[in-house]
Amino acid sequence: MLSYGGLAWVSAISTRHKTALQEHGRAVAWRLIVLVTLLKPLSNLFLAWGMQQLPRTLAMNPLLFLRAMVDPLVALGIVMQIVWLLARMSLLSVADLSFVLPVTASGYVLSTLLGKLVLHEQVSASRWLGVVMITLGTAFVASSPRITKQAGGPR
Amino acid sequence: MRWVWLSVVVVSAVLGDLLQSREMKMEGGEGAPGMGRVLKLVATRWNLILSILCMAVSFFAFLALVRTEPLSFAVPASAASFALETVLAKFVLGERLAARRAAGAILVCGGIVLVAR
Repeated sequence: MLSYGGLAWVSAISTRHKTALQEHGRAVAWRLIVLVTLLKPLSNLFLAWGMQQLPRTLAMNPLLFLRAMVDPLVALGIVMQIVWLLARMSLLSVADLSFVLPVTASGYVLSTLLGKLVLHEQVSASRWLGVVMITLGTAFVASSPRITKQAGGPR
Repeated sequence: MRWVWLSVVVVSAVLGDLLQSREMKMEGGEGAPGMGRVLKLVATRWNLILSILCMAVSFFAFLALVRTEPLSFAVPASAASFALETVLAKFVLGERLAARRAAGAILVCGGIVLVAR
């Protein structure tokens, strides 16, 4: 039988283990958030580039979508979308939908900055205001608890 | 035609996300599952299969939309799903929208419209 000191020691180890697991879970969640945030704007960019090189009748003929997938840019965009989807599903298992949506919206900020810094696009004042709003909103949401509804919710 | 494609993008994205979030929340007890585990779940859970179908419909409708409309219209307009999903996350999924999170979501939603128009 364990003495009081022994029990306290086991309890301390268990608390430390629990804290380490929580820290690990938080680190994994934030890694997934970064991956999901980066992949979305990049995949949209490749899809838009690829689709704009195809005939305009494509939108009216669903079968031609299959042909569009052979285009290297569209194919790359689709692969990135698949990885994005799996990473986001994994993220949704440890974070609320109402947390994931605004936090990963920082991809819009990234797109604007890339447009300005890499493509030297003109960015209007209202767009910069939008960037500030998204950054503030993301910071607000990121500082709220990641999950408010535990497993076993409505089915 | 742009509004038809846009409606399909928004409605199917909202349905897909709600189904996916509800189903994946059941898996989060012991940390985030890896990609292999997620693939296995997709192959075995009807709600996840349905959510992927919804997202595929949304994806193809988005392709059709960006084919005929500029990305600067398609992206902010499809952000309507963002607002709808945040509200439905509270009422359908039972998530708690505390003041900080709600304020952040409103700021982000307005920001998306400004950035992408």
